[in-house]
Amino acid sequence: MELSSELKKEMYWMMLLSRRLDERAWVLHRQGKIAFHISGIGHEAAQVGAAFALKKGFDWVTPYYRDLALMLCLGLTPREFVLSLMGKSGDPSSGARQMPSHFSLRRVNAVSHSAPVATQTVHAAGIGLAIKMKKEDKVVLTTIGEGSTSQGEWYEGVNWAAVHQLPVIFLVQNNQYAISVPPELQMAVKSSADKACGLGLPGITVDGTDVFEVFDIVSSAVERARTGGGPTLIEARMYRITPHSSDDDDRTYRSREEVEENKKKDPIILIRQKLLDTLVVSEKELQEMDSNAKEIVTEAVKFGEEAPYPSFEEASYPVFVEDVRNG
Amino acid sequence: MVEKTLVDAIRDAMDEEMQRDENVFIVGEDVGQRGGVFRATVGLFDKYGSNRVIDSPLAELSIVGVGIGAALYGLKPVCEIQFADFIFPAFNQIISEATKMVYRSNGEWTVPMVIRAPYGGGIGGGLYHSQSIEAYFTHAPGLKVVVPSTPYDAKGLLKAAIRDPNPVLFLEPKKGYRLIKGEVPEDDYCVPIGPANISQQGTDISLFAYGMMHYYALQSAQKLASEGISVEVIDLRTLIPIDKETILNSVKKTGKALIVHEDNLTGGYGGEIAAIIAEHAFTDLDAPVRRLAGPDVPAVPFSHPMQDWYMINEEKITNAARDLANY
Repeated sequence: MELSSELKKEMYWMMLLSRRLDERAWVLHRQGKIAFHISGIGHEAAQVGAAFALKKGFDWVTPYYRDLALMLCLGLTPREFVLSLMGKSGDPSSGARQMPSHFSLRRVNAVSHSAPVATQTVHAAGIGLAIKMKKEDKVVLTTIGEGSTSQGEWYEGVNWAAVHQLPVIFLVQNNQYAISVPPELQMAVKSSADKACGLGLPGITVDGTDVFEVFDIVSSAVERARTGGGPTLIEARMYRITPHSSDDDDRTYRSREEVEENKKKDPIILIRQKLLDTLVVSEKELQEMDSNAKEIVTEAVKFGEEAPYPSFEEASYPVFVEDVRNG
Repeated sequence: MVEKTLVDAIRDAMDEEMQRDENVFIVGEDVGQRGGVFRATVGLFDKYGSNRVIDSPLAELSIVGVGIGAALYGLKPVCEIQFADFIFPAFNQIISEATKMVYRSNGEWTVPMVIRAPYGGGIGGGLYHSQSIEAYFTHAPGLKVVVPSTPYDAKGLLKAAIRDPNPVLFLEPKKGYRLIKGEVPEDDYCVPIGPANISQQGTDISLFAYGMMHYYALQSAQKLASEGISVEVIDLRTLIPIDKETILNSVKKTGKALIVHEDNLTGGYGGEIAAIIAEHAFTDLDAPVRRLAGPDVPAVPFSHPMQDWYMINEEKITNAARDLANY
């Protein structure tokens, strides 16, 4: 599908905004202003490509902790993200109960997830089942890292969707590392998408640094799911440019040369070049977008710093639905 | 009113709730055409179809996890775990997901679901078809835990559980499925989750029990009455939330407390009841709090002499109650 220049620019903008916000989170951590960050740097093309294939606020998403770009596309604001980074009042994902990047955004059907990996895969199957039972034409996108496809829960979720032909898109973001462990110690197949043939659904591997290619592949999967054609398993491949999290030291398990080499495939650099080469944007426009992003991020950080912390009393609820307090 | 077995009352509850609310559906192993291995769902497949009575793959974690997904979407799953002993693959989904969803999303997401699980021994089921599992789950805030002991309560409590906006673990004493009979109204009624039931008034000792043990406790009370010992029998019915008031009022009246459960002693739920009494009714006690529980072996053995050694029965309860009354 040929994308309009506007849409291409919009995709680039979301990737850029996510990147600048993510980079600022690292700075805030190094400044001692936040306690923790887990990064999606290097994942932006895969996430933005997938997000743009959905009907935002109509379709459902069960995300995982690297999905900053995906969440921004769905409608999470930079201010809201900073509130969660800082554990401040008003964090929409959990009211600052969960660690940062444990996303949830009810208003756009992005479901809360936990830290034990692959639990969200099974929820996606359940949501898909509900959609099918209700005879609706929504789809569910669920994301995960390649290491987590080793979990039994992942297999059970994908199996359910395949058995019942549920409208679910399983997007694996293979960034070559599960903290320190490479894919060859996770699986005997070349791509997690190869696991699809054992479960009875289409499996596709895509270059996760190419936002337009991801958009194409996920769009086809969404179309198939929406029209009753069942689930698709997609592996998008990229490189995790940062350590696993702010608590990780990746020098203990990979060389600086390897990281530097892989930075050449940074999806932000690739798309900038592509947009320039195809005359979708000018250098001047790119610079304007850069400074806009910087301004938005700076403003969001200021907003976050001025926001209050939740009171300790909020830790006592809600245990049950009866304890939920609004506003 | 007609006399029904415990299992028939449970089926009636599901039937009526499915008729009342089209969002209610059943998922589990063999629940469809077979009607469940204990026949708890018999007839429902024919009545409501494969869309609402779903034979799951043989994988418990996804019975619960898919249920959670559907509940997040707004449906009301009634998940059947064929034997409570098989619930442990789903432990992560229950503990990490279902019980924490409301809290971790600050009330944005809810999981209105019921997990039904036949529990308990004395049926020749050996280690893996006999276990009592409640103690693992009463420790998890966010989950309601219900154990009926009469057909009347089983129907009313299950209907209440299905209408409850929280996850509810509904433990069914499988030995009592056909052994326990009682009057059950044909009409629509709920038994509220929370209050215990004083099933027999007495003055000498308080006997706290639930599920199958309550059935035997009533027999013991009857026997002891002929010996001149007046036993007050409390059917706890709901373990979480626990009815402290009824427990404490009874102990204040009798001054003596015997807690009975078939689950093994150490870390069992009886310890919680004992602690409540010790903390709040210490000066009312005329004797140490006593617990009568299954022995601390891994599970119930198969061969009859060994199984009988494990199981708590009317005779053991009678002896323990008599000892306490004579303290």
